[in-house]
Amino acid sequence: MEGRQKWAMTVDVDRCIGCQACVIACQSENNIPISDEPLFNQRRAMEWIRIERYWEGEFPDVKARFIPIFCQHCDDAPCEPVCPVYATYHNSEGLNVQVYNRCIGSRLCVNNCPYQVRYFNFWEPEWPESLQNQLNPDVTVRSRGIMEKCTFCIQRIRRTGREAKRDGRKVEDGDRGLNPACVNACPTDTLVFGDVMDPDSRVSKLKEKEMSEDGRGYHLLGSLGTGPNVIYLKKVDEHASGPTHA
Amino acid sequence: MQEHIQLTQKEINRDLLSGVLKSPKWWLPAVLVLLVVFLIGAAAFGYLLNKGLGVTGLNRPVMWGVYLVSFVFWIGISHAGIMISAILRLTQAEWRRPVTRAAEVLTVFSLIAALLSAPLVHEGRPWRAGFPIPWIMPWDFARGIWPNIRSPFVWDPSAILTYLTASSLFIYVALIPDLAILRDRLSGWKSGFYSVLSLGWRGSPRQWKLQAVAGILLSALVLPVFVSVHSIVSWDFAVNIGAEGWHSTIFAPYFIIGAIHSGVAAVATVMVAMVWLWGWDRYLRPDHFDAIGRLLIVVGTTWFFFFFLEFVFAMYTLEGPELAMRDLQVFQYPWSILFVVFLITAFFFPVPMWLLKNVRRSMFWMFVTTLSVNVGMWLERFIIIIPGLLRRQPLVFDWGTYHPSIIEILMVAATFAWVLLGLLIFARIFPLIPLFDIKEGMVGREEIKIGRRKVAASIRE
Repeated sequence: MEGRQKWAMTVDVDRCIGCQACVIACQSENNIPISDEPLFNQRRAMEWIRIERYWEGEFPDVKARFIPIFCQHCDDAPCEPVCPVYATYHNSEGLNVQVYNRCIGSRLCVNNCPYQVRYFNFWEPEWPESLQNQLNPDVTVRSRGIMEKCTFCIQRIRRTGREAKRDGRKVEDGDRGLNPACVNACPTDTLVFGDVMDPDSRVSKLKEKEMSEDGRGYHLLGSLGTGPNVIYLKKVDEHASGPTHA
Repeated sequence: MQEHIQLTQKEINRDLLSGVLKSPKWWLPAVLVLLVVFLIGAAAFGYLLNKGLGVTGLNRPVMWGVYLVSFVFWIGISHAGIMISAILRLTQAEWRRPVTRAAEVLTVFSLIAALLSAPLVHEGRPWRAGFPIPWIMPWDFARGIWPNIRSPFVWDPSAILTYLTASSLFIYVALIPDLAILRDRLSGWKSGFYSVLSLGWRGSPRQWKLQAVAGILLSALVLPVFVSVHSIVSWDFAVNIGAEGWHSTIFAPYFIIGAIHSGVAAVATVMVAMVWLWGWDRYLRPDHFDAIGRLLIVVGTTWFFFFFLEFVFAMYTLEGPELAMRDLQVFQYPWSILFVVFLITAFFFPVPMWLLKNVRRSMFWMFVTTLSVNVGMWLERFIIIIPGLLRRQPLVFDWGTYHPSIIEILMVAATFAWVLLGLLIFARIFPLIPLFDIKEGMVGREEIKIGRRKVAASIRE
């Protein structure tokens, strides 16, 4: 066994421009069904990472604020103890994982998730003929009636780990093969992914710097004590109102 | 204390077996109508099974809808049985005698209605959760994974199935002497049917003793279930940190007293229906309604106290999301309307009415008030479950809406049809008022003359 790993991500809200590139990257990497307009109107759209858009101020002095929200991979995840069939559980690398084959679709987990990042397959997912060959062979295509959510692209973590082991090297920090699809797609370097057990990784350094006394880091809905592995870095904007979510 | 009509055993047999020995003329049309409603609901479920949960009004974040409301409601109604037949039996309340069996039958069918309304049908993949491979029951060895006993959805089936088993046994033990009467009165295959069911009952002193002991033992053993079932149902919500307004520590006792409120009210409704449909007014006297009305005043007021406390505790936190949820429940359309209707129907109309003796002794008014309680209690569950899931939390982007779809409404209607159907069919096959229990009451009141004094012929146990 190699050294232990614990995956984490930082989200610099100051850098996010709300371009939704991460959403599209995630959609194609993880075989997420296409969310079209009717599905949005039904409020059943699937986006493992979603950009929440908030307006601030009154016209004409209006500012759009964006915050990407996805599974926080909580250390004390509220979704895990309530699953009757262990479809969602915590793995040894700090990830909150979902086993699709076990899921019976009781939706207790989604009720218990304060971040609303679990998505339920209300309909059988369908892709147009032209996209049939686009599906990622490394990711299960989910059927209707089960729950799914962000996995930190566990298939990429596994593949990189396997290849590194085969070549007898260590997994590099910031390896584009290791990074989740959203991190690779982000044009503004908002998202940083890595192993917090490795003190030299970028995410460890960011965590250490920003979670200190005068840092910008905070946990989303931190008062609930779920211990998320995603750290948000608040906006540096003299006009911004403070982090109301902290 | 209570006015009674002393009846001979012959009269009791004739009156109480009337529903079984011959079919009342309204019976078949009523059963057919209910059957149609039930089958429409079953067809709606078939459609849901075929297309997926997309055909409901559920969405993100409102993942549970009227199915769960219906589930909690029916579990609440099922508390009637235990209250009437176990607690009143142990406290030796005489007026329970004619209603014990109806209450227990109501319990069994409403428990099955609860099972039908949520755990089996509202899963994403019910074929895995329910039949044929119940992954939430601890007997699936093929999968090699024990169910997660920390999950409320593993507690629920255990609690409900325990209650269902206990209630069925209760009904059966109390039925045996009556089954033997039917066996002796019928011929052909019908007699055969009842003789198999009556387990060779001859009415010997030993058999009576065993039957009485079994009844008392079951009453005592079922008492923990009285507390556990609805506590567990409340923990479906109370263990949850995700939805506002759910995670209150007062939920368990609050749900239990609410369940008794709706359950006892439902029994009173059924009692009125028994008088109106079968004409058993010599057995269900104004006295009985008076007694159940007085019980309901206590239960209803206690329930209201808990409801009030739950609100106070919620306001006391002064947490933004909690206050926003309460604001939604009480002040925002359409919840404000539902909230007012709920308060009036569940408490402010019926409870002051019951304070009047004339209302308690009037069948019509008891019917209206107790039905109103259950309208209110259904709304109460709706007002707890849905606004909590609408997520009035800091991430306002995820605030939700919910409208039940026609499929959901049809399936909820089917659960009501199921319970009524169950009661009617049961009453056609078995006597709905326990004959032996009534006779026991009559014998207990018989008096003999010793010299110039009249004294009780028998001494109570």
